[in-house]
Amino acid sequence: MSLYGLPLLLAQGSTARSSERAAGSSFWFPPQASTFAKDVDSLYMYIGYISAVFFVLIVVAMVWFSIKYRRRSGYEGDSTALHNNALEIVWTVIPTIIVVWIFAEGVKGYMDMMTPPASTIDVNVTARKWAWSFQYPNGAISTELHVPVNKASRMRMRSEDALHAFYVPAFRCKTDVVPGRVTYAWFEPILEGTFDLFCAEYCGDEHSNMITTVTVHSDEDYEKWLKEAAKPPTDIEAHGLWLYERMGCKSCHSIEPGKKIVGPSFAETFGTEQKIFGGTAIKVDAGYIRESILEPQKKIRDTFQGASQMPSYQGKLKDDEILALTAFIEALKDGKLTDDELGKNDDKPTAPK
Amino acid sequence: MSAVATKPTHSHYESNEADNFLISSKGFLSWALTLDHKRIGLMYLIGVMSAFFLAGILALVLRTELMTPDQWFLTTQQYNQVFTLHGAIMVFLFIIPSVPAALGNFLVPVMLGAKDVAFPRLNLGSFYLWVGGAIFFMAAMLYTGLDTGWTFYTPYSTQTRGPVVAATMGVFILGFSSIFTGLNFIVTINTMRPPGMSWFKMPLFLWATYATAIIQVLATPVLGITVLLLAAERVFHIGIFDPQFNGDPVVFQHFFWFYSHPAVYIMILPGMGIISELMSVHCHKSIFGYRFIAYSSIAIALFGFLVWGHHMFTSGMAEVTTIVFSALTFTVSIPSAIKVFNWLATMYKGTVQLNTPMCYALSFIFLFTIGGLTGLWLGALSVDRHLHDTYFVVAHFHYVMVGGTLVGFLGGIFHWWPKMTGKMFNDFWGLVSCGFVFVGFNLTFLPQFVMGSRGMPRRYARYLPEFQEMHQMSTVGAYLLGLGLFVALGVLLHSLRRGKKAPPNPWGGATLEWQCSSPPPYYNFQTSPTVNEPYDYTPLVYRDAERGWDYVQPESAPKHVPHS
Repeated sequence: MSLYGLPLLLAQGSTARSSERAAGSSFWFPPQASTFAKDVDSLYMYIGYISAVFFVLIVVAMVWFSIKYRRRSGYEGDSTALHNNALEIVWTVIPTIIVVWIFAEGVKGYMDMMTPPASTIDVNVTARKWAWSFQYPNGAISTELHVPVNKASRMRMRSEDALHAFYVPAFRCKTDVVPGRVTYAWFEPILEGTFDLFCAEYCGDEHSNMITTVTVHSDEDYEKWLKEAAKPPTDIEAHGLWLYERMGCKSCHSIEPGKKIVGPSFAETFGTEQKIFGGTAIKVDAGYIRESILEPQKKIRDTFQGASQMPSYQGKLKDDEILALTAFIEALKDGKLTDDELGKNDDKPTAPK
Repeated sequence: MSAVATKPTHSHYESNEADNFLISSKGFLSWALTLDHKRIGLMYLIGVMSAFFLAGILALVLRTELMTPDQWFLTTQQYNQVFTLHGAIMVFLFIIPSVPAALGNFLVPVMLGAKDVAFPRLNLGSFYLWVGGAIFFMAAMLYTGLDTGWTFYTPYSTQTRGPVVAATMGVFILGFSSIFTGLNFIVTINTMRPPGMSWFKMPLFLWATYATAIIQVLATPVLGITVLLLAAERVFHIGIFDPQFNGDPVVFQHFFWFYSHPAVYIMILPGMGIISELMSVHCHKSIFGYRFIAYSSIAIALFGFLVWGHHMFTSGMAEVTTIVFSALTFTVSIPSAIKVFNWLATMYKGTVQLNTPMCYALSFIFLFTIGGLTGLWLGALSVDRHLHDTYFVVAHFHYVMVGGTLVGFLGGIFHWWPKMTGKMFNDFWGLVSCGFVFVGFNLTFLPQFVMGSRGMPRRYARYLPEFQEMHQMSTVGAYLLGLGLFVALGVLLHSLRRGKKAPPNPWGGATLEWQCSSPPPYYNFQTSPTVNEPYDYTPLVYRDAERGWDYVQPESAPKHVPHS
């Protein structure tokens, strides 16, 4: 498909995501999926038209002068100083008026983005290397964001480690998530569907994989999803999986045998002997797993020494949750779980078509 | 021209070929310990070009990896280290010292008709600080791999395993090199202007250098303090930037950009100065609106101190602060626009010579205009919410830094190459290099504006497949750009061996550097040169390719009696 060389490489693309752009995208923009999008896009285009006029004038003058006054026999240009104060004032004042207008329009849109309506659905957002976690008013937690259409949602955001930024291109919405502060972003989606959510502030190794989605539901679907999502599984291993997906384990530990993201894979690990940094060997058992969750830097497996940036989960996971995770890792000791075992084929509410 | 043919035909220029600064003394130490600003300038030129070469190769590595959405040959960690190296080397080792330290060192004293800068020893000292800083910096980064990005944002930089302390010490040392160079130029321009050269008879390159030097002296110390505080935070946890110890990461951003935004003008102002010279000389026409260009350099330098907050529009500053910074940001666009209009007006009714330096200058105007105009999108607060930290920003600053500074720097190198080396280069191949650079550059960065508008975040080692075509265009463009730069290098190196001997004034420039021989003698001028209007071309007359342009004393009173 590529016109631009190295076609062999293109065959390697293996992400599950489609290479098609989302429905409703234009040449310049992603879909206009929030109330901000129209204003942002129209100011973008107006600045574009103004700039195009200036740019064309400048380039035409440049090319025309280059041809008309080019050095050639029989032509003698003027070399003396020319000056024209009126002209200088004109081309100082006109751009000034234009940028004042652009500034004012920009501020107007910005104040809209800074001023949420009186009633919003508040979602607690936790950003950590390298995953998002969203907590809803009823206590449900998810790794993808779910919001209802035509209602204002407000993100109340905190980071556990480095700087991150919450960015949904389709909403034209971006705000940094700053450790030590609480920052806010709000938006009102106007299109149902699933859109990309990126981390836009560099945060280290897997920054470019700190991607998830926002699903905009109809009111009814949203309520239904919310109810389902609030119920943790009753089975202990499934609970472990549920935590694995929501607490950020997933972004560094794979559940495929031997696949290293940042930390060791959870598959085929339980019960094995592993060398740790500094020499001695340990057995991966419930005790070691508990210790690694609470004090991740204490015993690091040999080949992962340089990579370990895992934060402590002391106070973030309760004892029964650590046990559930342990049971989940134990269930993986013979390798990968099937989709059924992973609960992927359950009847979960899905995104609207 | 026929009228001047009756005037004396002797050359007005001094001829001191035996004292040529390149060969006036020999041996390694005569270069390593030289106090001659021209030799120091050339050594800087070699140094910054080596840094540029290295960082340019790294850029190609990054672009090649980005051919595919998933991993090709770099892990995400390696990608992050490579983009950090690319940015850090380009900014600290290449763009900041490029024009002021390399061309500025060579040209400032000669343009002033002076023998050297005010403090020649300090000048050599700042060169060695640069070398020391560069070695320190690169060794630190190559040893374990710095991965913070060139901006060292906290708290990532206080947590990461990379050699942050060593790298920031490198930056600290480099900062002193920059401060000393700036100080030297301020004193030189203030005190060593020859009789007759008032402020408003100075070449515009000197105005730009002066404005740059002010920023170097005032802003760089803040960078020094910032990196020291960063190191202290990392080692002693003093609790200023890291929230773990009650610090605030946004404070670091304020500190950092208080230097690094003015630093953008350290990078672009000298480029603008070069373009002012090139446009006038190669249009053989007095610069339009001299005072407006000179004042706009100073205005840019001053406004440049007040706009750092626009790097932080999404970082959670207070609303009023954000709005004030947006307003101030727009003010900088005005003096930049004035410069572009003045350069264009200079062409009007001139005699435009489309040679290599001129074509680079025209490329500069084209590319810098795009870079400047796209700043309007980013200055507008609501639009910036969408574009911040996307490829739109990447494209915007490359249009300014590469399309502006680098292209201007190349134009300047071609323009002053005959003066620096005494050799003429092959103009045809020079034009070819310019063509490749122009096309390659646009192909690299135009698609990035579109990608950014579509929402592609920057600093991504992996990306969604929908962006692949745009990324591939960009990569092909980067290779074309690289090819153009190699052609340029080839043209210059070829001229050293095979180039024709350069006359003192090959282009017909009226500023003082064209009055001494090419290359200049060790002492630049035997007698104080005649100071005339820097852009008055009426006394210049073209002889032939071998003798170039000659300066003919206006009417009756020839300065020298012809030797006969």
